[in-house]
Parts: sequence; C-alpha cells; structure tokens
Amino acid sequence: MLDAVSEIVLSMLVISLLISFARLVLGPTLPDRMVAVDLIGVLAVGLIVVAAPATGVQAFLDAAIVIALIGFVGTVAYARYVERVERT
Amino acid sequence: MSDWITAGFWLVGATFALLASIGVLRMPDVFTRMQTSTKASTLGLGCLLIGTAAQMSDTASIMRAASIGAFVMLTSPVATHVIARAAYLTDVPLWAGTIVDEKREAMEHAGDTP
Repeated sequence: MLDAVSEIVLSMLVISLLISFARLVLGPTLPDRMVAVDLIGVLAVGLIVVAAPATGVQAFLDAAIVIALIGFVGTVAYARYVERVERT
Repeated sequence: MSDWITAGFWLVGATFALLASIGVLRMPDVFTRMQTSTKASTLGLGCLLIGTAAQMSDTASIMRAASIGAFVMLTSPVATHVIARAAYLTDVPLWAGTIVDEKREAMEHAGDTP
C-alpha cells in the first residue's frame, strides 16, 4: 500500500516542481524568479524526504538538511544582490 | 498502523505542495505569490516530514526529520522577508487591486521618496 502511495506522492511533487519551473521561466521580474527558486528548493527537500523511507537509505535525510541550508543562504545572498544592483 | 499515518500525512503534504505551486503560477504579483509559496514550506514540508518520521522508527532519522522541520520553519520567514524587501525596494509593480500600501504611506509621511 505504501509503495503505491509513495509513487503517487512523488509524482505530485514532480508535477509541482514542473509548475514552479514554469514560473521560473515566465517570471516577469527577478524577485518572481527568486520566489520560484525558493519553492523549488523546498520541493526538492520534500522529494528527498519522501524517497528516504522507500529506499531505506538514511543518508538521504542528511542531504535534505544540506539542501535546505544552501537554499536559505542562496536566497538571502541573491536578494542582497538584487537590492544592491537595481537600486544603483 | 504507522503505514496509514504515513500515507495520510504524505498525501496532505503533497496536496499542499501542489496547491502552492499552482498558486505561484497563477497569482497576480510577487507578494501574493510569496504568500502561497510559504504554504509549501510550512504545511507541505511539515506534513511530509511527520509522515517520514512515522515510517522510520530509529531515533537518528526522527531527529534528522525534526531538525529539517525546525530549520525550514525558522528560516522560511526570514527568506520571505528578504525577498519581499528586495522586491519592494526595487519597485516591482503591485497588483492593480492592491488596497493597502502602508509602506508607501509611511514614506510619504516622512517626506521620503522611495
């Protein structure tokens, strides 16, 4: 039962990754693209978290921690960059 | 029993993630898009993590899932605030139906041009 559910959940997460990738491509301004990248990072963490019990590899959760960390630092750095470049 | 808990929480979390990405695609401006994308990082990822923690029985995995949850819940407001600040200060256009812009009013009151 759980295998079928995890396949459904993984495909739902992949569909939402594709939709937010469409916003990344379309996004009229730079902050729109930043929101999309932030969402893609969170969805990648969710994908790894769902895949971890199915494979039984515990190291997946460590990878999820690292991706969450890097996503946050990247968002803050990119926002700083946008603020400084577009104001001058 | 724990299979049912896991399946329920995973389905709820994936539904929230899907709704958040549809909202990010369809909402009219940056600030409303940000509001929907936060649903994926708090409710969506939180439910997925609870499902995973119910499935993995050892303490190390549960602690890792809890630390991912705590980290994302702590950092996502900060990241959202930073993006909103950058968007407002770089004059990203607001949606035409916006009725309250307190930051603009405060700036005009202080005699400051943004």
